[in-house]
Amino acid sequence: MTHKVMRQGAATLVLLGWFAGTTFGQATVRIDGSSTVYPITEAVAEEFMSANPGMQVVVGISGTGGGFKKFYRGETDISNASRPIQVAEMEECKKAGIEYIELPIAFDALTVMINPANTFVTSLTIEDLRTIWSPEAQGKILKWSQVRSEWPDQPLTLYGAGADSGTFDYFTEAVTGKAKSSRGDFTASEDDNVLVQGISKDKNALGYFGFAYYIENKDKLKAVPIVNHENKPVTPSEASVMDGSYTPLSRPIFIYVNRKSLDRPEIRKFVEFYLKEGPALTKEVRYVPLPADAYQKGMERVAKGQIGTAFGGHSETGLHIDELLKRPLSTEPRK
Amino acid sequence: MLAGVRPGRRRLMDAAFLLLGAALIVLSLGTLAALLLDLVRDGLPRLTSGFLTSFPSRKPDQAGVKSAIVGTCAVMFVTAVTALPLGVASGIYLEEYARKNWRTAIIEINIANLAGVPSIIWGLMALGLLVYALGLKRCILTAGLTLGLLVLPIVIVATREAIRAIPQGIREGAYALGASRWQTVRHHVLPYSMSGILTGAIIAMSRAIGETAPLITIGALTYIAFLPPSPVTSSPPFVSLTWLESPFTVLPIQMFNWVSRPDARFHANAAAAGVVLMFITLSMNALAILLRYRSRRAIRW
Repeated sequence: MTHKVMRQGAATLVLLGWFAGTTFGQATVRIDGSSTVYPITEAVAEEFMSANPGMQVVVGISGTGGGFKKFYRGETDISNASRPIQVAEMEECKKAGIEYIELPIAFDALTVMINPANTFVTSLTIEDLRTIWSPEAQGKILKWSQVRSEWPDQPLTLYGAGADSGTFDYFTEAVTGKAKSSRGDFTASEDDNVLVQGISKDKNALGYFGFAYYIENKDKLKAVPIVNHENKPVTPSEASVMDGSYTPLSRPIFIYVNRKSLDRPEIRKFVEFYLKEGPALTKEVRYVPLPADAYQKGMERVAKGQIGTAFGGHSETGLHIDELLKRPLSTEPRK
Repeated sequence: MLAGVRPGRRRLMDAAFLLLGAALIVLSLGTLAALLLDLVRDGLPRLTSGFLTSFPSRKPDQAGVKSAIVGTCAVMFVTAVTALPLGVASGIYLEEYARKNWRTAIIEINIANLAGVPSIIWGLMALGLLVYALGLKRCILTAGLTLGLLVLPIVIVATREAIRAIPQGIREGAYALGASRWQTVRHHVLPYSMSGILTGAIIAMSRAIGETAPLITIGALTYIAFLPPSPVTSSPPFVSLTWLESPFTVLPIQMFNWVSRPDARFHANAAAAGVVLMFITLSMNALAILLRYRSRRAIRW
């Protein structure tokens, strides 16, 4: 009897030890993070695996912040991020001894949408958007005529991104100057398709979401030209995003690569593949690729193992991609 | 007869209640039927053999649910293997063996409460305990254990209800013939309560198969284009458990991802994946109902 118990106990211990001791996926590229970056990374992963049989890539979606949490715990090799790494995340990486290479890989353009039946709005300035979306407007700015007096006395119904999304963070920062500072009385959804539906059925609607959702629903929605810093109204398009004239509502999105992971040949191969095939695949999944030299610069960073971020831990809006690439990289948070 | 209510009126109330009941059934079943019909109509054109045997893809027409089906089945297997025996054993212990005192009272209250805890809380608990504290990988085993814990209270409660429905005379009869407590449980209590326990198992597994939130918390993936290693190997000992620590995705997560895509063709994929998920749930339930039917037929009191 006691023998049997002992034998079972030993077997359990062996089993537990085997679970604790093994590490799966040494030949696997492990990626997690933003849902905005996901479609591009998924496309690259798919192509990479068909070009390199036997190599495995897995991609998860846990949001930019959730992705970084796994990244600095060393659970992932690459983190998808729709915003630059932040101060707290930089410090966690430092504590864990994780060095990262920051690679901008595409543009994401936020698009302000109205119903096609709306003919009086021909462009919006950032000031207009601030009037509409600032926290002070809550319960007060309820009609189009309150935004600009020449617009009709019709109700204004608002649609926007859910508060947990990077889209919400970026839009609020670009419009009100402070991330997450927004009025709360609007139809919010993490699912952009819900916003598409809402705006396409409501002639008084105004809303914002990612460019890809606009492209797929061009017949149901109208994109509003946004007046940029040169006082020119610019319609979001591949060209206007790429040349930097659609500002400040376009932003670069990133992947962060663990420098130590790059020592593994499959990771290096995957990252190089990403930067080489990325532009074409980015277009295919309806995002806007960066100018060609940005990928060149990315290759350089990988080849030389240049670690750090160009942002010092703070998000910025309206930053031109050329300026971003010229900046020095650092792992120290900027005050 | 109730005082002051005329017989004609009573009959009228009876008929009115019947009508109300029938109307509610039609309403609820009608809603369900409409939803299912809508799902099948959207998904059916995509339900080809290619859809079942392809991995996810950025191209909606080439995307499939192979890894999600295998992931769902593997996770459900781990859940069933852990939650069902443990839950039934706990139920038997609490009903047949445990003394009724304040300690078992506390346990009982806790189990009833645990059955109502939101699934995301289980996910956070699993992340903290299984992944961070015990160092398990974010893999099939962890997912199965998480869902196992999630449905364990349901299995325990159902088991206890089923056991409680057995007349005390059966047990007393067994004891009178000199059966031990275990013999009574093994040969009488358990077989007679089996149909109720299986109903509980159906409910528990059906709940587990649709869960998304706790699996996202413990790190289910969205894009995975390979299968876990096979549980059967060609060399001794012919059985391999390495699939337990393989990364995974499940059908509800795949569906969720497709629904939120901008391209409408992915929405059809999501509907098709929904049909597949429903088919798996229904066949799982059919199996349990068959077992239940057979266990009922075997009982002769």
